[in-house]
Amino acid sequence: MTEEHIIGSSVPRKEGRDKVTGAARYIDDLSMPGMLYGATVRSQIPRGLIRNIAFDPQVDWSDFVSVTAKDIPGQNCIALIGDDQPCLANERVNHPEEPILLLAHPDRHLLRKAVDAVRIEYEPLPAIFTMEESERCAQVIWGTDNTFKRFLIAKGDLDEIWSKADFIVEGEYATGAQEQLYIENNGVIAAFDTEHGITVWGSLQCPYYVHKALMALCDLPADKVRVVQAETGGAFGGKEDYPSMIASHATLLAMKSGHPVKMVYDRLEDMTATTKRHPSRTRHRTAVTKDGTILGGEIDFTIDGGAYATLSSVVLSRGVIHAGGPYYWPSVRIRGKAVATNMPPHGAFRGFGAPQSLFAMERHMDRIAEAVGLSPVEIRRRNFLKPGQTTTTEQAIREDIDLGKLLDRALELSDYTAKKARFRQENPLGRSKRGMGIAAVLHGAGFTGSGERYLASVVAVEGCADGGVRVLVSSTEFGQGTNTVLCQIAAEALGISYEDVRIAPPDTNLVPNSGPTVASRTAMVVGSLVRSAALGIRQTLRAGGGLGESYSGEEFRQACRQYVAAHGELRSYAHYESPAGVFWDDQKYRGEAYASFAWAIYIAEVEVNLLTYSATVEDFVALQEIGRVLHPVLARGQIAGGVAQGIGFALYEKVVWQNGRMQNGQMTNYIMPTSADLPPIRVFFEEMGNLHGAYGAKGIGELPMDGPAPAIANAIAAALGTRFDSIPVLPEDILEAISARGEP
Amino acid sequence: MSQACEKRHQRELSFTVNGKLETVRIHPMERLLDVLRQQLGLTGTKEGCGEGECGACAILMDGQLVNSCLIPALQAADAQVITIEGVADDPEASALQAAFLQCGGAQCGMCTPGMILSASHLLRKQPAPTLEDIREALGGNLCRCTGYMQIFEAVAQAARPRTGR
Repeated sequence: MTEEHIIGSSVPRKEGRDKVTGAARYIDDLSMPGMLYGATVRSQIPRGLIRNIAFDPQVDWSDFVSVTAKDIPGQNCIALIGDDQPCLANERVNHPEEPILLLAHPDRHLLRKAVDAVRIEYEPLPAIFTMEESERCAQVIWGTDNTFKRFLIAKGDLDEIWSKADFIVEGEYATGAQEQLYIENNGVIAAFDTEHGITVWGSLQCPYYVHKALMALCDLPADKVRVVQAETGGAFGGKEDYPSMIASHATLLAMKSGHPVKMVYDRLEDMTATTKRHPSRTRHRTAVTKDGTILGGEIDFTIDGGAYATLSSVVLSRGVIHAGGPYYWPSVRIRGKAVATNMPPHGAFRGFGAPQSLFAMERHMDRIAEAVGLSPVEIRRRNFLKPGQTTTTEQAIREDIDLGKLLDRALELSDYTAKKARFRQENPLGRSKRGMGIAAVLHGAGFTGSGERYLASVVAVEGCADGGVRVLVSSTEFGQGTNTVLCQIAAEALGISYEDVRIAPPDTNLVPNSGPTVASRTAMVVGSLVRSAALGIRQTLRAGGGLGESYSGEEFRQACRQYVAAHGELRSYAHYESPAGVFWDDQKYRGEAYASFAWAIYIAEVEVNLLTYSATVEDFVALQEIGRVLHPVLARGQIAGGVAQGIGFALYEKVVWQNGRMQNGQMTNYIMPTSADLPPIRVFFEEMGNLHGAYGAKGIGELPMDGPAPAIANAIAAALGTRFDSIPVLPEDILEAISARGEP
Repeated sequence: MSQACEKRHQRELSFTVNGKLETVRIHPMERLLDVLRQQLGLTGTKEGCGEGECGACAILMDGQLVNSCLIPALQAADAQVITIEGVADDPEASALQAAFLQCGGAQCGMCTPGMILSASHLLRKQPAPTLEDIREALGGNLCRCTGYMQIFEAVAQAARPRTGR
């Protein structure tokens, strides 16, 4: 067995060589004989009845294959949670860009022209575009009251607190939609034959989500649907649910035409038609004593789900559970609501509701500090959750976490106190104003509550004929490092070299369902299962007498080869089992919401230029506790990348809506941070001990999305002495806020 | 371009790609990006936005760094084109590839080919770039995964051996 540890070392990324040489094959790099291209005719209006579909007689339609809702063999829905979203609109449309008709043709250029030559005639119906219109039922567009889902978290007795409070602090906070903006657009290739059924290759996060959706759509058994993930060029949640839609479309065209069909969106279609982060509105009312202790409060969290339920209930769930931040609330009422509007459905994006509610919490903490007369540092320190205390869902903090210590280190790393003093002196003099902002956040890893129990993930590890080891999971790589980290875990468990472990392609014909690659669950939940399965291999080899107590790499390979030669297969499975003593009440939303939380303190230094009114982040310190760091280079990359997206969320990325349609669906006018826009993003880890996960790993992927926006908004507020409670904060917002103060 | 396009509009295009002379028949409005990817099978050059914003399709044409999605293919007549598939022979670029791997400069990999071409173009002009030089040179290459920090480090690391000489 190797002495050196693979866990904790920055081994080469498994698919890295192919990525730097251009050899990696993404979906648009693949082609099949006889392949057609597919395209989608979409709704041009937000809401209405479809009266007629007219085909321009100038076009020779005989070469085209077209598909409508009537061609669907099974259910016309994208099976996910509520199954309310049609695959193709039939009689009515409920949002702009809703798919109505599909076309396929061998020539991409002619196909594009043909899409424009289909004219849909509608009888328009009145539409609603804001959460407020939805709440007052200006039109009822979903169910009886436009509400997809409500949650209530109730802890303690609120009646007492208002009279005991020295201060009652109120605030309302808002966050906008945000586009995932992976560099590779959504795309799939689908093929169909009666013997094998459907095969879909695609850019996607969750092969078994697509698998489930295609079974329902085509009314086919599990063994007649095969989904294979191609190399995927970024996802960030944006390829969690939408691939089921585009895969369904390509499949219908492939079934009808008898040819493989490729559908790859261009950037405009991807941005205008696919999901984005849910816009949110949060209201806080908090009772506080004069020494800054939170007695309790009310939090109302509302998100705009768009026209169909899709993932909104789960996004809402994560949003409400994170709404209280990393603080101790003796009593609290958190009400959550996901409402319907006539916009394209909003979906998963890194953080999944938490960045929205945590933005509000962290802006509100600064407002509480102001009301009480304490510093942003002190107000947080006095209210941090401590071991033994309980979260808003009454989950006891059992790990040895010291948020005060984490805060102290972040203050030191960012030179917070000295800079703050300096800015106080310099700001009155200059045409630019600088400020420091803090955000303290937590992020729960894995599915919420009983979610992991329902998922019941399975992984397999196999010993191969060549003596190597292969990990079989449906967990996907899309840049974050799944391939590498899971192979590290298997290698470490078996005491063999990293090079001797490989990962199977995510192909539903080949790999068991280890659950979706979402919710920061892969390293922690799937990683634990990979470790167990790997240990099973060793146990089998030892039991058979082929492997001693200690062994060299060559001895292991030899034992593996011999076993496979003798028995034909060496495979070990691991099934998820929920940890003992874990309690979660789905009805009352109470109990152990997550197996573990990661914690972070982020500090932003921001400069606001009063000539251009632009805000620039000058320095960013990201300090986090994520349990054991499995791979330092990958971990740092996850944090820096998440922070960059958070900076975009705060300062640059604004979706401009008109009648429910995105107006700036191009990289030219939807602005994400470039290499010239970002500050040094300084990433630090603190390991404080934990309870779960393979080799002590917690979730990491989403955490860095939570802190940047409130830290930056707090810094701008500190720089200008004006509150910014809604993001993004663009130069025009700063100009307006300053003008409103009536100063020169 | 497929057979559906009228043959009479097609033109012949000859140019050198990664050191090899290529002659293809193309529609006059075809983008260089599509000729490289679809006709020559050089799929390492990526399309991210199709409007010259993201740099995923960056290539070198006669030593100039260009976005191949914005170049009508006919403009490449007689040009020397280098794509990611052709850079492995170039010591600067292969040092970059190694550094991207080591420093975590590639995550999802979609921006990586364009990023490496931009960076190698920079290193050819400025063998010892400052951090500001690197930031500026990569300003036309969008990356959504990394936050750029590890890309900057990779470029600086690839430059280092030469600066010591």
